[in-house]
Amino acid sequence: MVVTAERTPLYEEHVRRGAQMTNFGGWLMPLQYTTIREEHRAVREAVGLFDLSHMGELRLKDDVAAQHVLTRDLTALRAGRVQYALLCNDEGGIIDDVLVYAMSDGGYLLVVNAGNQDGDFDWVSSQSTDGTVLNVGRDWALVGVQGPRAVGLVQRLTTSQLEGVKYYAFIEGRVADVACVISRTGYTGEDGFELFCGNHDAARLWRALLEEGQADGIRPAGLGARDTLRLEAGMRLYGNDMDDKTNPLEAGLEWTLSLDKDFIGRDAIARAQRRGLDRKLVGLKMLDRNIPRHGYPVLSDGQPVGVVTSGNVSFTLGYNIGMAYVPSALAEPGTRLGIEVRGSAAPAEVVSLPFYKRPRPK
Amino acid sequence: MPELSQMRFSESHEWVKQDGDTATVGITEYAQSQLGDVIYLELPTVGQQLDAGGRLGVIESVKAASDLFSPIGGEVADVNQELKDHPEYVNQDPYGKGWIIKLRAIKDNPKLLDQKTYDDFVKDKSPS
Repeated sequence: MVVTAERTPLYEEHVRRGAQMTNFGGWLMPLQYTTIREEHRAVREAVGLFDLSHMGELRLKDDVAAQHVLTRDLTALRAGRVQYALLCNDEGGIIDDVLVYAMSDGGYLLVVNAGNQDGDFDWVSSQSTDGTVLNVGRDWALVGVQGPRAVGLVQRLTTSQLEGVKYYAFIEGRVADVACVISRTGYTGEDGFELFCGNHDAARLWRALLEEGQADGIRPAGLGARDTLRLEAGMRLYGNDMDDKTNPLEAGLEWTLSLDKDFIGRDAIARAQRRGLDRKLVGLKMLDRNIPRHGYPVLSDGQPVGVVTSGNVSFTLGYNIGMAYVPSALAEPGTRLGIEVRGSAAPAEVVSLPFYKRPRPK
Repeated sequence: MPELSQMRFSESHEWVKQDGDTATVGITEYAQSQLGDVIYLELPTVGQQLDAGGRLGVIESVKAASDLFSPIGGEVADVNQELKDHPEYVNQDPYGKGWIIKLRAIKDNPKLLDQKTYDDFVKDKSPS
């Protein structure tokens, strides 16, 4: 079998800049352009530009199906607002984590993980009776503009007033004369926008942002920095920190559940809640210089008790961090644990998530 | 200036430069570019005996943990202590300030690649 990785409409832009490309979820994406450290810092201190066109998008007009497949009650979600929610299976396992956009025409836009987009489409379609689910991910490009200077930068390229666009809200408008959905969302822990546009406009939008952003110190940023940024912000990565065997409660995502409505997986999740949780996802701060990595065992008194799901250096905090599933009794902040690194126990401490919170403007 | 012509290279992307009885070992420009930002190195202690092709230590980068191998055998005479506080030297100057260890009492000294052969070897690995 020959597996060919898909390319986003910005592929040529990345190659021309000399980006190191990597296969992520079946897509050929930039891992880094210069160094992950520099790109990470640009997002925390200035502004970074991400190609997120690999992400999937589903259009869904069927309200009943939307309420049935998504864990969160959508009745209160007004047009122009965005909500983080989950798709679960009957056992309460997480199929995907998604952003739900309430569109002005009454339907929804679901932004889903790249590697899950076709599976999610099949799943949601199978639950919809009116056949209006559309898989539009390959028609749309998505560009992330993230960092303390992101809002000012995008504002200079649009006549839309962005001040009124609150966190987790969106408007439709033009940026650099490209028709966009302008969404105040992100996966970095910083303020900024995610801009959806048609594939054919993507390169024009990308170049305009890079050019106008020069004065702000903009840098294109790859998936490497995206991962170190999201980890600091305590954001889970589907496939690493949760999968279809993970219950939303143990993943610390109870706030995405509307258990008083009927949705797929609700009964199993409610049962798990009554029984109590065996394990929980926690934040780890390493107390030496070892890096916890996905799959490393977590030790307590020398015995394996859990497993690391994500880990890396925190460039912003200056120490190494990770996330792991551990027994509920060992999930309290301050608990000392070991991480098995090459046969030895490296000391770690449970800390609350997120690791990093951006300073809020007064 | 790195004296690349005086260095020899392993297929696992280490370099070695011999000066009389001692030899300095590091990783190549290609290796550091593939690893990305180096965060931490786990290195041997002075006096330890290393075999040619044996594990020398571990290099942790933002992307992964990778084993380091010693291209030649000998006794560890010195370890670059600067890398404790400045692991980024391996990225910035892999043939200079980013050297990793020095060996003495060289025992086995297998055939390694010269600069041109190594450059061709790396070129073959590149995707395009």
